[in-house]
Amino acid sequence: MADNNNCAICVKNLVKKFKDFAAVDDISFKVDRGEIFAFLGPNGAGKSTTIKVLTTLLRPTSGELELNGFDPVTEQDQVRRSFGIVFQDPSLDDELTAYENMDFHGFLYRLPRKLRQARIEELLKITELWDRRDHLVKTFSGGMRRRLEIARGLMHHPKIFFLDEPTLGLDPQTRNQMWEYVKKLNRDEGITVFFTTHYMEEAERYAQRIAVIDHGKIIASGTAQSLKQQTETDSLEEAFLKLTGYKIREAEAGGIDQLRMRHQLWRGRR
Amino acid sequence: MASISCECGISSGVADVKKYMRTIYILWLRQLKRYYRSKSRIFGSLAQPLLFLIALGYGMGPVFQRAGQGNYLEFLAPGIIGMSIIFTSVFSGIEVIWDRQFGFLKETLVAPISRFNIMIGRTLGGATVATAQGLIVFIISMFIGFKVNNFWTLPVAIVIMLMIALLFTALGTMVASLLEDMQGFQLIVNFLIIPLFFLSGALFPLDGLPEVIAALVSIDPLSYGIDALRTLLIGTTHFGLTIDVIVLAAVTVFFTAVGSYFFSRIEV
Repeated sequence: MADNNNCAICVKNLVKKFKDFAAVDDISFKVDRGEIFAFLGPNGAGKSTTIKVLTTLLRPTSGELELNGFDPVTEQDQVRRSFGIVFQDPSLDDELTAYENMDFHGFLYRLPRKLRQARIEELLKITELWDRRDHLVKTFSGGMRRRLEIARGLMHHPKIFFLDEPTLGLDPQTRNQMWEYVKKLNRDEGITVFFTTHYMEEAERYAQRIAVIDHGKIIASGTAQSLKQQTETDSLEEAFLKLTGYKIREAEAGGIDQLRMRHQLWRGRR
Repeated sequence: MASISCECGISSGVADVKKYMRTIYILWLRQLKRYYRSKSRIFGSLAQPLLFLIALGYGMGPVFQRAGQGNYLEFLAPGIIGMSIIFTSVFSGIEVIWDRQFGFLKETLVAPISRFNIMIGRTLGGATVATAQGLIVFIISMFIGFKVNNFWTLPVAIVIMLMIALLFTALGTMVASLLEDMQGFQLIVNFLIIPLFFLSGALFPLDGLPEVIAALVSIDPLSYGIDALRTLLIGTTHFGLTIDVIVLAAVTVFFTAVGSYFFSRIEV
């Protein structure tokens, strides 16, 4: 499958089944190096599952994968070094300071101490968290946490950056600032960005190409412009609704969703 | 499903060991920092052992004395030390459930390190914290009136505490790896921790028990831990220190192995 060296992410006939249910059902797509790529779909469409398979958190049921030239199944270490990720749910340690969270990350990716210090300072200054570096993360607002997660995900200079609903719950100011920074990285460092979102205007504004997934299958892909043309609509939101239908998805609340709800309640109380 | 993660590099053995030690060290350090910073949790988890020591120690003391068994508080203290260790360590293992969705665990699972090392680092960290908790209870019990028979055996007693802590942290991690959410948490407390504690002989002597109870006690690994602590701290024993240590070590290795297996299969 090494026929195309230009692709940052190559997926061919990927299937991921949970028992009998195919969360991802035979999808193929390519993300070019240096591209900003949006992965859209209603809740439960298979977005997060795809990201988890690509980032070695889940094993694919079948299909061929390549990430930065490596196979996520057999070359986990190289793949893990190649990407950075901001998860849908928080993954910071609340009881540690911003600096410690960063330092741990650098340690896990085996960056030497000097390099660690330099990069932490650089990234925390860019994300405007340097002044708060010695504060515990549990005192941070949602926006600050997101910025810190982004800074952390970039610390080992990944070639590919995954953002799973990165702007969920952020105010427009923070969202805007975050995207400006991601765009700058993409422009200056040539980092490939793969993101999911429910905000259509975000996909339209920042993504060079978009794929729409529903019921585990990719049902359309192309630029925002071409998606609008295909569906004969004026906005990406309309195009999306036309492609995926107007019916609200009632994904059954599993254990994870209940945990997520409890987590939000618990966070809100403090 | 057949492919288990392959962390096999070509790099030399020494570099590998160093690499593994670093991962284990940083995860261990994290647990310690968290423990040290959550003062309210430290104090909170001391309330229960303290209550047991005072209420049971003094409340049951006279009856115990009349039965010709000597000082109950002395007998009880090693049991309560064991209790605080088992609670702290199983909980720290169980934390994995929470952590894998809303915590640092996911960050470590996508890092270029092996699952086995993550498991070992966490387990050692949790066990160190539980041992510290056990030591605090030990010190408190001395203030309440627990007299140690022989201070020279104290370092060995600490090693035993660490073994108990390792055993139950690994057990907690194993259980947590099998559960998807916190629903089963209450179940674990009621059907695992409480029975393990009550059937361990933490509260009563193991000699002359009815057969069924004696059988249950003998399959509870905590019994051996507490018996070892009693041997070292107050000089009475039931199974004998050698058997205690062998059982503890064997069960710890078993749970760590099975726990690592299940942990390596966690899907986030």
